[in-house]
Amino acid sequence: MNVFHFFLQHHEEILELTMEHLWLVGISTLLAVLIGIPLGIVSAHWPVWNKPVLGTANIIQTIPSLALFGFLLPVPWIGARADRLAILALTLYALLPVIRNTYTGIRGVDPSVVEAGRGMGLTGRQLLFQVELPLAVSVILSGIRVAVVVSVGLATIAAAIGAGGLGEFIFRGLAMVNNQLILAGAVPAAVLALSADFGLGWLERRLQPR
Amino acid sequence: MQTISTNGPVIEFRDVLYMLPNGQMLLQSLNLQVQRGETLVLLGRSGSGKTTTLKLINRLLNPSGGEVRVNGAPTAESDVIRLRRSIGYVIQDVGLFPHFTVERNIGLVPRIEGWSSDRIHSRVEELLQMVGLDREIASRYPHQLSGGQRQRVGVARALAADPSILLMDEPFGALDALTRDQLQREFLSLQQRLNKTVVFVTHDLREALRLGSRIALMEAGRLVTVLPPQDFLRSTDSLAAAYVQAFGEGLNSVATRGSE
Repeated sequence: MNVFHFFLQHHEEILELTMEHLWLVGISTLLAVLIGIPLGIVSAHWPVWNKPVLGTANIIQTIPSLALFGFLLPVPWIGARADRLAILALTLYALLPVIRNTYTGIRGVDPSVVEAGRGMGLTGRQLLFQVELPLAVSVILSGIRVAVVVSVGLATIAAAIGAGGLGEFIFRGLAMVNNQLILAGAVPAAVLALSADFGLGWLERRLQPR
Repeated sequence: MQTISTNGPVIEFRDVLYMLPNGQMLLQSLNLQVQRGETLVLLGRSGSGKTTTLKLINRLLNPSGGEVRVNGAPTAESDVIRLRRSIGYVIQDVGLFPHFTVERNIGLVPRIEGWSSDRIHSRVEELLQMVGLDREIASRYPHQLSGGQRQRVGVARALAADPSILLMDEPFGALDALTRDQLQREFLSLQQRLNKTVVFVTHDLREALRLGSRIALMEAGRLVTVLPPQDFLRSTDSLAAAYVQAFGEGLNSVATRGSE
């Protein structure tokens, strides 16, 4: 009852920080998609690029998030503002699932379909946009889904460098040993993650090629 | 769709060889001519080089040496996309686009060639009828079709932009015996009407004898002999004779099994 009361009392601040959180996750996911899908396509079509691209994304993934925020701090322009820094770090983390699933999705297209398309005289571009990407779309989406869910969790840590978001509540609650504050950050973050997971999962099933 | 020189072979291989990057020779000094309106069957075991030969025609592969000519022009100098669109291509696994309806599958090349949608629509209907399919099938997806229907759609798709050349890579190989028989029969009557230049790959002598105007026998990357079906049966070539013998034994073993 106490927690409920607290939520009601602070609903404006909760809403504000939730929007901030959404913004961090949204922008970084968008950037990861814009960078990751082309990189995935490149590594699927030119095997030479496969190892360096996926390897780099893999290594980034292994850097602890707090350390990554620290590494990026001295970078000019980026390090000047906490939200830029947070968005860059979240983008880097989101790259791996997007690249890997784009790669897997395109490589998973039935080779006879690709051969028929080439034999019929489709250009590389036509093959990519009319055949490969439409057939890989549900696999790519499931990568984006993983990226979003992980980002929602990671973005709470961005509050440690002052980038805002629901992590504010969590860090404040930790400092003040106040469970209500921690829950005020953790519960909306969990709801965000679950609804993103559900929504994108639904879209993924809808776009599943037969 | 292309400038057609009326005399001379439609497809010509001149001393063609094909080598893998690791140096393995898949095709050696191939010389072969395909004449207008004939069905040339490439017969051989797997690994004999018949599919390689086929793919050299529409440049899914490029020769490591020698020259392939289509309608008198070296394919190496022609625009590869134009070349492929002027040649119909049918493969064993069909390769229909699973996310397109039958109509969109068949109409794909006409559509990217910029035909009007009315013209595409009537062309699709004409083709469906030509390959013996109901027009209701046009709105279905490939996974809703039987194997035989799928391959008919594959043939219709290859014929869509009315190419003068048709390449067929074991198109009926994955079908059951009765469906295969039916499709072979329809292929013959279709070919009588359309008079395309066809290169047909198979490992089945029976199919080769039935469909081919000439049979090119291949083994280990070499062309062994090219003969019309009647001569093939009488050939003194040891490999051709072995094929004919194996073919005959299949029938004999059944005939004699009961009497022993």
